[in-house]
Amino acid sequence: MSALELAGATARLGGRAVLEAVDVAVAPGELVALVGPNGAGKSSAIRALAGLLPLTSGEARLGGDAVHALSGRERAARVAYLPQERRIAWNLPALEVAALGAPFLAGSQAIAAARGALAQVEAGHLVDRGVAEMSGGERARVLLARALAADAAALMADEPIAGLDPDAQLMVLELLRGRARAGQAVLASLHDLTLAARHADRVVVLDAGRVVAEGPPLEALGPGVLARVFGLSGRWMETPEGPLLSGVRYSEGSDGGVRRSGSPSNPG
Amino acid sequence: MTPAPRASLTAALTIAILFALVLAVLLGESPLSAAQLAEAFRDPSSGPGLVLWQVRAPRAATAVLVGGALGLAGAVMQGLLRNPLADPGVLGVSASAAFAAAVAIVLGLAAVPGAVEASALAGAGAAGGLLVLFSARVRSPEALILFGVALSSFAGAATALIFNLSPSPIASAEVMGWLLGSVQNRSWIDVAWVAPAALLAAGLARLAAPGLRMLSLGEETARTSGLPMARLRVLALLATSLAAGAAVAVAGVIGFVGLAAPHLVRAAVRGDPGRLLRPSALAGGLMLVVADLLARIVPTDQELKLGVFTALVGAPLFALIAWRAAREWRL
Repeated sequence: MSALELAGATARLGGRAVLEAVDVAVAPGELVALVGPNGAGKSSAIRALAGLLPLTSGEARLGGDAVHALSGRERAARVAYLPQERRIAWNLPALEVAALGAPFLAGSQAIAAARGALAQVEAGHLVDRGVAEMSGGERARVLLARALAADAAALMADEPIAGLDPDAQLMVLELLRGRARAGQAVLASLHDLTLAARHADRVVVLDAGRVVAEGPPLEALGPGVLARVFGLSGRWMETPEGPLLSGVRYSEGSDGGVRRSGSPSNPG
Repeated sequence: MTPAPRASLTAALTIAILFALVLAVLLGESPLSAAQLAEAFRDPSSGPGLVLWQVRAPRAATAVLVGGALGLAGAVMQGLLRNPLADPGVLGVSASAAFAAAVAIVLGLAAVPGAVEASALAGAGAAGGLLVLFSARVRSPEALILFGVALSSFAGAATALIFNLSPSPIASAEVMGWLLGSVQNRSWIDVAWVAPAALLAAGLARLAAPGLRMLSLGEETARTSGLPMARLRVLALLATSLAAGAAVAVAGVIGFVGLAAPHLVRAAVRGDPGRLLRPSALAGGLMLVVADLLARIVPTDQELKLGVFTALVGAPLFALIAWRAAREWRL
């Protein structure tokens, strides 16, 4: 049974369809990356699963049950959600922020869970520092620790590595993969296709609210999808560290043809 | 996480309030000699005894309770809206209570004991009810602030309309007195009015504290945290309406205490909006009893109105807080 599942999910925001008949399923032990251009529906899919975006048709399920049939507490036990928004209203110390991931545990247990989670994101040294005195990357780690401290059956992270330095990006992705290996179902939206291909078990490609490809990373992100969805002329290269996308941007020439406009190593 | 600093903060604020209360009872516009003070303690029904126990003491107690209610309302509202500039004034609770009181005054109900107070409380309750209804339908805190600002402007305009249309200059002067805010001539009856409301508000706020803490991380995190946020939000709004309404009912409109009190103690609780409630209420009580003492003993021909005094001190503070918040968060 899938821990996270969207079945024929359709949703509208301000009259615009943001999800159209989307099917996504994440099983326990699996790390699935949601990829797609800006506005493709990645955040909407995650928010629908969190019960934050009402569907006009289809269903969002957590552990087999419709998200809207579950109480708030049951939902929280089945999935921890790390939103893209990283603003924290007050200058709380990291330990208190992480402890908010476990609001139903007794104080000392919540603190222990928070300490453990902060250590996992290599932020043990930040325990007592206020979030207003941290860099954006440090704050992102502390917020991830909050989601880890929840110790839910599944974990959803909306762009968890955006704005992080390369070392922290790898740390976060390895951590997410470790959580999946430990049996959690993990769904993360990512922009970096190379990192998605290296770390995810499966990739779901969204475009304009629809799933356009799904499967093992290199199959889902074939040349056709790279061109159609991402506007890239790209190919995958095998390197000792894993697959690497080498691509250039398609741009329409005056003759209607396609010409190369650069050579980014990590496009997207 | 850090109970010791909070306990000592509570103790320090409580001692400061007790000290201020003693001063507020001993000092006043008409100074009493040592012999008169001794007489007041010996015989509460003597002249000096009446001044101390029936004039100054209830006035000081009212100031502490009103300040405490405002400090609590401000702390709840700032936590609820995740906004350091929120206070009962911002959401229109104070303005609605003042409008309702003004209506009662021009209708000639001032002579009926408790009528103006009840009307103010009803006004605050109505505003709180509207805010609860609105927040049940629209969850964005920004939208709630805009709604509150609209409510506040509307209540302010309606109060101005009362001035405009009022046939009696006496009623107008009375409304004006209300709007300026004061704890002058308050009796133990007023204390008996505001105390239960403030305590009930404190109880409701305490229940809402986990929700306020979770809201620090934003709306979406709070809504997926498993806490019953809708219920906690309603509790918080009820607490703030009740506290602000009771304060306005007894003392009229007193601005900036609700805004400033949470800021005075926020650093001591490391920003935690759940742990801020009690210290903020105590700080509000201390601020108002000290402000009232100063308003009383500053030698002026006409006694300074407390609301005017707090606004004069509070408005620059508001600007300073806005400036610091903007720097800290690059708003």
